[in-house]
Amino acid sequence: MSGIESNGLGDLITNGIQIGYLIASCLFFVGIKQLGSPATARQGNLISSVAMLLAVVVTLLDLNVVNYTTILGCVAIGSVIGTVMAQRVAMTEMPQLVGLFNGLGGAASALVAIGELWRYFGTTNSPDTGGMISILLGVLIGGVTLSGSLIAFAKLQGTISGAPVTFPFQQAFNAALLVSFLIGGGLLLTGGLNQSMFLGTIAISLLLGVMFVLPIGGGDMPVVISLLNSLSGLAASAAGFVVANSMLIIAGALVGASGIILTVIMCKGMNRSLTNVLFAAFGSAESTPGEGASGGSMVGQSVKTVDPEEGAMMLGYARSVVIVPGYGMAVAQAQHAVRELSDQLERLGVEVRYAIHPVAGRMPGHMNVLLAEANVPYDRLYDMEDINPQFETTDVALVIGANDVVNPAARTAKDSPIYGMPILEADRAKHTIVIKRSLGTGFAGVENELFYNDKTMMMFGGAKDMLTKLVAEVKEL
Amino acid sequence: MNDPTIAALFIFVLASFAGFEVINKVPPTLHTPLMSGANAISGIAVLGAIVIAGDREPSITMILGAIAIVLATINVVGGFLVTDRMLQMFKKKEVKA
Repeated sequence: MSGIESNGLGDLITNGIQIGYLIASCLFFVGIKQLGSPATARQGNLISSVAMLLAVVVTLLDLNVVNYTTILGCVAIGSVIGTVMAQRVAMTEMPQLVGLFNGLGGAASALVAIGELWRYFGTTNSPDTGGMISILLGVLIGGVTLSGSLIAFAKLQGTISGAPVTFPFQQAFNAALLVSFLIGGGLLLTGGLNQSMFLGTIAISLLLGVMFVLPIGGGDMPVVISLLNSLSGLAASAAGFVVANSMLIIAGALVGASGIILTVIMCKGMNRSLTNVLFAAFGSAESTPGEGASGGSMVGQSVKTVDPEEGAMMLGYARSVVIVPGYGMAVAQAQHAVRELSDQLERLGVEVRYAIHPVAGRMPGHMNVLLAEANVPYDRLYDMEDINPQFETTDVALVIGANDVVNPAARTAKDSPIYGMPILEADRAKHTIVIKRSLGTGFAGVENELFYNDKTMMMFGGAKDMLTKLVAEVKEL
Repeated sequence: MNDPTIAALFIFVLASFAGFEVINKVPPTLHTPLMSGANAISGIAVLGAIVIAGDREPSITMILGAIAIVLATINVVGGFLVTDRMLQMFKKKEVKA
């Protein structure tokens, strides 16, 4: 290519770039490793960002890169948008944002692959087989990541329903899509370049991403985002093959591999396999009538309700209270009210602890982040294994907007979709107070028999509203 | 080995193995930050975008590259910042505890 004045200088710069990439690669690995441990996580994130900066700066030295105005302008625009989004977002919307960012990364990888192929249109040349396969993979994985992440974002944001979307012959349709992508790709590989054929493969990739995420329920979106995150890494790797850049390949592979591990760890937290998470909707479509029947039988059962005044008395005169936060708390932004309530209870000498289910909320660690935001001391948060044996000696379990994670059906009902999922045993406490807006089902769409339990009192209302009232009542005690 | 794609394949496979080993046991608290941090790294696609946007002559490729730079930079900058915001909270609390 053009721009290399002398071989000596050219070699020097090329080698310098590669050394820079090597250093950045090492830093990325160290960064990810440190992100996995609480003591070093923040430093790990910092190291990763330094590695990224180094990689970008070094790339700008490439003698084929001459268009600095455009590049720096685009970097500036992206940085401003990214900064604003990162600072504006509420902690409750974090899962969506990660999903959205992820989609953008996938889009960038796909665009790199598309842009590289576009060089060949209007010329008689075409990429070699390896190059063409890389481009197609970049388009496929990047496209799926983009559209899949956008659907996940919309489901979490509530723009579209979180319920699984299924229709007849869905799997056959998806298979047909994949086959047509393969045929289109095969024709591009063997029959030479064809612009509309290429655009067709792009469209199919995007459609595949949509079809992949639609049948998955909102409660499983964290796992999906983690998986898509892994895919966006692979998309970056594919882009690295396309432009022959080892840094892209290494960082992409790192994210791809570690992302898969993290996805599996998350699935284990729910006691489910990845296949079950991804394809469960297809199985449950057949068993829905049965579920509906068992759900209907609950309607006749009675529910005890409690008002804030009475609830405050139960809490204030208890010796020990365990708070079980769930997505309802996140939605209502009620973490500060929760903190206030526990402060008031502690003032009265009540021992307050928090029980954190690994998948409470919409993302593992979601509750920890929110409670941390409200300055709840770290040592009050208990993992499921640690708190479960203690429920029996707990006077009141206060469930705030959680549902599936406290559903005893997971222990008993073999035919239930959540059977076998580890739960917080809030039903074993002497009394259980559940703050919830209605008797509606959680993401799993399963009735919760806890609500109909003799020892359970329901407090119907928004989490924040109810907690504020509770705080006021406890202050009166 | 003279095909550059094969050499690249070696890098990819070995880096993947290293990636599998880097993470083994992560406390649930860190799942979200870790995902978010890894997500920021996947914005590495910005390098590819810079390479194709860096052409001397304006072209469709260059425009696509420019758009890709913007998208990938949002991913990178936003991702790292948001991860830090999350981790900052844990830090503050641990000191207090």
